Amino acid sequence: MKKLILAFALSIAVLAPAAVFAAGPSVPVDKAHNDLSDKESLKRGFETYINYCLGCHQLQYQRYNRTFADLGIEEADGVANYMYTGEKAGDHITNTMSEKDAAKWFGTAPPDLTLIARLKSPDYIYTYLRTFYVDESRPFGVNNTTFKDVGMPHVLQDLQGVSTIDENGNLTPAMGGSLTAEEYDVVVRDLTNFLEYVGEPNKLERKAIGYWVLAFLFFFFILSYFLKKEYWKDVH
Amino acid sequence: MLMKLFTDFMGWIDKRLPVTEAWNKHVGQYPAPKNFNFWYFFGSLAMLVLVNQILTGIWLTMNYEPSGDGAFASIEYIMRDVDYGWLLRYMHSTGASAFFVVVYLHMMRGLMYGSYQKPRELLWIFGMLIYLVLMAEAFMGYLLPWGNMSFWGAQVIISLFGAIPIIGEDLTIWIKGDYVISGATLNRFFALHVIALPLVLVILVFLHILALHEVGSNNPEGVDTKKPKGSVKPEELSKFKFHESYTKKYDIVDSIPFHPYYSVKDIMGVAGFLILFCWVMFFFPEGGGYFIEAPNFTPANGLKTPEHIAPVWYFGPFYTILRVVPDKLGGMLLMFAAIGMLFALPWFDRGTVKSVRFRSKWHLANLVQFAICFVILGVLGTMPASPTANLIGVIASFGYFGFFIALWFYSKNEHTKPVPERISH
Amino acid sequence: MSNVPVNNGRRRFLTAATAVVGGAGVVGAAVPFIASWNPSARAKAAGAPVEVNVGKIQPGQLIRAEWRGKPVYVVRRTEKTVNDLAKHDDQLRDPNSEAAQQPGYATNAYRSIKPEFLVALGVCTHLGCAPTHHNGDFDQFVDGVENGFFCPCHGSKFDMAGRVFQGVPAPLNLMVPEHSFINDDTLLVGVGQGEA
Repeated sequence: MKKLILAFALSIAVLAPAAVFAAGPSVPVDKAHNDLSDKESLKRGFETYINYCLGCHQLQYQRYNRTFADLGIEEADGVANYMYTGEKAGDHITNTMSEKDAAKWFGTAPPDLTLIARLKSPDYIYTYLRTFYVDESRPFGVNNTTFKDVGMPHVLQDLQGVSTIDENGNLTPAMGGSLTAEEYDVVVRDLTNFLEYVGEPNKLERKAIGYWVLAFLFFFFILSYFLKKEYWKDVH
Repeated sequence: MLMKLFTDFMGWIDKRLPVTEAWNKHVGQYPAPKNFNFWYFFGSLAMLVLVNQILTGIWLTMNYEPSGDGAFASIEYIMRDVDYGWLLRYMHSTGASAFFVVVYLHMMRGLMYGSYQKPRELLWIFGMLIYLVLMAEAFMGYLLPWGNMSFWGAQVIISLFGAIPIIGEDLTIWIKGDYVISGATLNRFFALHVIALPLVLVILVFLHILALHEVGSNNPEGVDTKKPKGSVKPEELSKFKFHESYTKKYDIVDSIPFHPYYSVKDIMGVAGFLILFCWVMFFFPEGGGYFIEAPNFTPANGLKTPEHIAPVWYFGPFYTILRVVPDKLGGMLLMFAAIGMLFALPWFDRGTVKSVRFRSKWHLANLVQFAICFVILGVLGTMPASPTANLIGVIASFGYFGFFIALWFYSKNEHTKPVPERISH
Repeated sequence: MSNVPVNNGRRRFLTAATAVVGGAGVVGAAVPFIASWNPSARAKAAGAPVEVNVGKIQPGQLIRAEWRGKPVYVVRRTEKTVNDLAKHDDQLRDPNSEAAQQPGYATNAYRSIKPEFLVALGVCTHLGCAPTHHNGDFDQFVDGVENGFFCPCHGSKFDMAGRVFQGVPAPLNLMVPEHSFINDDTLLVGVGQGEA
């Protein structure tokens, strides 16, 4: 038994680097507390994305009809309510901005956001969209404490308003938006939720299958344990 | 009726190809020491993972596009558009890390019980070659998703060759087939990753097992279970029937046929392993950013380096050894030396007692410090460089090489415990 | 093939149970491998139903549409052509469309939803060539039949309902794909009548 424990300890020691030193973003971020199974939230996030983000940021690996199906939107309704530029339901969620124009307007082409939640983490997105502040030295008059010197305007400014920053780097609440701070957080949480979904559309399915597979394997393990014991009666 | 049909069929085959004979010799009547413990699961598990990698790999190539323009998008195509493509991809990416987990534990077993010692030197060499090819295979496979970490990881490793005097620079360009890592690099890595190296790997595994069955399996006590013919009293012989190619030459003691005893045991091991494997694959396929690194979710970009370039965790130990040397060529040489030491292990160890159970306290301490240093080096390899990390890295590197040097010195006249004649129970 | 000294019921049961459960596991593990060969979302998007504007087709004219990589022939048949269809039944292999080469709603004398429009895949049922449409000069192939399709590869002949004539290599009538009308002028190929 002692040897077995030693063996386990050593195997865990080999695995430990993977588990313990999980890499995280360097800037402290707020928890998004989003819920992938909340389809209403995903739908609201999808709408926000289409209205505020899609103009510049494509989701070039994600299809409209897949999104409709996963979010529980009837395809005909989806085509009527979420698609404005005459694409087909099976098309990817793209825009018509050319990379050249984009680079001219923003200095750099706005990145595709299909995988942004996997690249940066949902918490990062949730924090980033809430930390814009006035900075007249920047081209768009705003800067961001989470993503310093970001080349993007505060697109949600008419919802949040815009914060100011003091010498210690603390943000004072935004003024002049059409939403309260709590309402704005919900909008951003929904958008974050949607982006996490788009990053890996099969995440919920993956976990659901995982439980069944693990249950099956436990059963199989028990069976094989008894089989082994039965055969090894010959040896002992 | 059906049984007779089967017997007749096998008879027909056996007259033309010795299938039953091979089965008996290598499985049904192969004598395996009866005292294999937990550590002996990892050989069969490595085989399982190899099969998993080959199968999922074949299936991934059905939809993967090996080109600079198409590779990244084709991975997302597999992840989204292909039915269960995401599962095949995660099986392959998780399998890559699992391969190294089981191989490292398998190697540790060899170290603990002296499985590399005479007469198993060639067996060990084949194993080391497998490990070497596996690293090349993993390195080339890691470029294929064409993410930004793929690109920069390959950039760093290929740059290593630039340290070679005179030919270095030209060599790196030759390897890349371009002045930067490009579609040309991707395509040659793809060809090697899916055809050449797997073929070599399978052949080496075959030779590894053939060599094992020639010399016979070691065991946790390191006691020889093949005694000289006629030296064992008939009533002390194993009660099981073994293949005559073994019994003709030796008296076999304390052994059991591989099948069914170790086949059922390995099935149990496979089930246990799959529980861990599937738990990671279905719930943490990124392995906390270690199995699939976050910067790989953005396409390769030669103008934008990720904040922190870290090799995949299984290269960590050797990457750290490379990094702690303040000279590019020296670092590379030391890194290759680190692998070379493992190859030469059977000759560093001049002792005759195999298992750590009967060797000196020194050996146990040396083995433990080696394992700890190896893990520390691995952890450091995935962390950003810093003076503290560097200092720890230097110490751990001394521990790594010190293991072999010290072994060479004390193993000659080591104070060992008496080794029993037979496997004690 | 094993050399087990003892064998009892418990052992047999456990062996069988493990084999069955393990076998089920292998079958389960095979699912992703098999399922991944299905048409992907990309293939499905490319094979999505196709809308065809039929409002501007002249009587007797054929237009080609593409659906799932295959040519779809849409012909606006004249009233005379429709009436003539019944006159050469004795020369056809399958005049009553008994073979399942068309959806149920097109299993009728003119093999279509509206008598006016023939919708058929332009793929010869012999070896897959594209038959050519002969409007008015088909009697060079079949006496007394004005219009039809002639396959240049191996000489198979079809009438204006896509029905195959006797004595040619093609075994079956031309395939009529699932189709429906969104409105009088718009044909939807790929979605059957009453499905959408």
